[in-house]
Amino acid sequence: MTVLYAALPSLTNLAGSEEVAKIPVVAPGAADGIFALMWLVIALPLLGAVILLVGGPLMKGRMESWGHLLATALPVGSFGISVAMLVSLLDRSEEERQVGQHLFTWFQTGSFEVGLDLLYDPLAALFLLLITGVGSLIHVYSIGYMEHDPRRRRFFGYLNLFVAAMLTLILAGNYVVMFLGWEGVGLASYLLIGFWQHKHSAAAASKKAFVINRVGDIGLALAIALLFVTFGTSSFAGISAASGEATESTLTVVGLLLLLGACGKSAQVPLQAWLLDAMEGPTPVSALIHAATMVTAGVYLVVRSNFIFERAPHAQTVVVIVAVVTLLWGAVIGCARDDIKKVLAGSTMSQIGYMMLAAGLGVAGYPFAIFHLLTHGFFKANMFLGAGSVMHAMDDDVNMRHYGALSKATPITFATFAMGYLAIIGFPGFSGFWSKDKIIETALAENWIVGLCALIGAGVTGFYMTRLMLMTFFTKKRWAQGVHPHESPAVMTGPLIALAALSVLGGVLLLGDWIVEFLAPVTGVASEHEPPLPAIVITLLAVGVVAIGVAAAWFLVGRHEVPREAPQDVSFAVRAARADLYGDAINDSLVVGPGKSLVGGLTTMDEHGVDGGVEGGASFMAGLSGRLRRVQNGFVRSYALSVLAGALLIVLALLVVNFS
Amino acid sequence: MNEYIILSAILFSIGAIGVLVRRNALVVFMCVELMLNSCNLALVTFAKQHGNLDGQVAAFFVMVVAAAEVVIGLAIIMTIFRSRRSASVDDASLLKY
Repeated sequence: MTVLYAALPSLTNLAGSEEVAKIPVVAPGAADGIFALMWLVIALPLLGAVILLVGGPLMKGRMESWGHLLATALPVGSFGISVAMLVSLLDRSEEERQVGQHLFTWFQTGSFEVGLDLLYDPLAALFLLLITGVGSLIHVYSIGYMEHDPRRRRFFGYLNLFVAAMLTLILAGNYVVMFLGWEGVGLASYLLIGFWQHKHSAAAASKKAFVINRVGDIGLALAIALLFVTFGTSSFAGISAASGEATESTLTVVGLLLLLGACGKSAQVPLQAWLLDAMEGPTPVSALIHAATMVTAGVYLVVRSNFIFERAPHAQTVVVIVAVVTLLWGAVIGCARDDIKKVLAGSTMSQIGYMMLAAGLGVAGYPFAIFHLLTHGFFKANMFLGAGSVMHAMDDDVNMRHYGALSKATPITFATFAMGYLAIIGFPGFSGFWSKDKIIETALAENWIVGLCALIGAGVTGFYMTRLMLMTFFTKKRWAQGVHPHESPAVMTGPLIALAALSVLGGVLLLGDWIVEFLAPVTGVASEHEPPLPAIVITLLAVGVVAIGVAAAWFLVGRHEVPREAPQDVSFAVRAARADLYGDAINDSLVVGPGKSLVGGLTTMDEHGVDGGVEGGASFMAGLSGRLRRVQNGFVRSYALSVLAGALLIVLALLVVNFS
Repeated sequence: MNEYIILSAILFSIGAIGVLVRRNALVVFMCVELMLNSCNLALVTFAKQHGNLDGQVAAFFVMVVAAAEVVIGLAIIMTIFRSRRSASVDDASLLKY
């Protein structure tokens, strides 16, 4: 804290530039009252993970009957604490809505001290509710979904581990603790993508996700190191107070490195290739980790680091470019895939692109990035769980070409999925409508090209989601032989209904600009920007573009017979989209291929150059000694001769020395 | 004094050549003794020349060592002769590469 107060005067000196003065400083107060239980939010799921993963094997199978219930109860407990903390946070005045808790000194070397610090503020409060709330619902759903899996206890242990790591990431009070959570969610994601490791594709997908995430993590680690070198601290409070003193170029580099980390975790171009393969994991995992929470960590990172990005406009521009490319990239992939989960994964990429876009737009965009993140967490988790319910009904078939007319067979799944569908395309009144509309509006106000791309993305979203709906729930039956679709049990449909309700009602957060004002202590207050068009025109425009997308899907998919096999005589664009816009091919040719040649070259050099040199020297010496040992012939007289020769040599040498 | 040194050198050379060219272990042995004694002659000569007793003392040491050597050397030669019925040094050439 002392660092902060020492830095405050210098910050006010900088107030000459108005933009800088508006960036709020992280200055948490002491954790008293209910906030003293902050650590428990993380500790509960962590305890669950330890009990299930360590205790389970020790109990030799006696935990199988109740382990998953314990694992579900603990995140619910965390949710309860989160709600209680939010309630008492709302009681406080705006200036006091930041609470810090120092648990203990984690490590210390020289002047580098890192404490296990937690920070609870409006931003963390919303995330906490999303993670523990949606996380609890997905735990409940998993009880039904994983009922017949012999390794259910382990699955729930991993889920709890993920929740604990994600909460650490969110509640961290400095970058190092956040990195701990960041790596923790990476590990949990790896374990859960490869949960069915007997499938080669799942094992490969988990490795791919891990390796690509490493690339991003290097960026984050370097950013943290650079921040420490520049500011001498890694805490949000210290850096936000002192960030005005650093040069813009330093902050730009930090911002770009942070963006690299965010790209890895949030599957943004160019590190997007892992997300579609990550769908190999069980569907609840896809819903929780690869849609609702973990993949949005990159957005959180950018918003949390607003005190860096606000002072590094070039880094912000790069964030916007990456976001726009990703939101179109993901949407195009979603249009062509037949695997229901991969369509949703492409859609996730695209929606995170929207969030990144809002986060890159600065103070005006931060609250809407978080708003869209929350509504997306609701409706995308809803749809992923719905997709899981459909797969449950269709004997784990994921190909939409084998679906059709499921609205009758699985009415609850259909009804809840429809709510998510209407939310994501931005049907007026649903949660996605409010959040996406705000992002498009902000983008148009900032730059009309970016805004136009966001509008086009909304139209494409309407197209691919309608295509998914039509192929799954409408059109004619194309079921495989012997498949008898049935509705899922109540333990699975319950969470679906809850999430559907949230998808519909999520928009209330925007009532009276509540979320904007609530987040203001973290993100700052935006200066009034006059949009190029009246807000109502932009809204009508967005709805119109979506309507065009929906209509296009109806004319191209809904009116025709959907073939059971994907047609092969398609245009280049469709082929490219089916191949994920050649993301893997680009990675192969740019990274994997050169890497392999480099390794091959190094191996050849090692085998022939280094090994050749060493082994050649050794065999030369061996040959030489083979010759030399012939001197030891066993004849005493030859030894005597060599002794005599040696003696004569010495005498001669002495004579030479003496006479010269 | 040069005569003594020359004699000593001649005796030493005879001994050395004998060691190199003869095969009979006993003759080789005698040649070694000849070399030792030529050295003794040289030592005594030098002692005389320098007028002190250092060389003579050294000569006594050589005699003692030679006596001990004769005892052991003859014993080895005897043993080799008993096992191989031969006293040729070239026959005892098993210890080699």
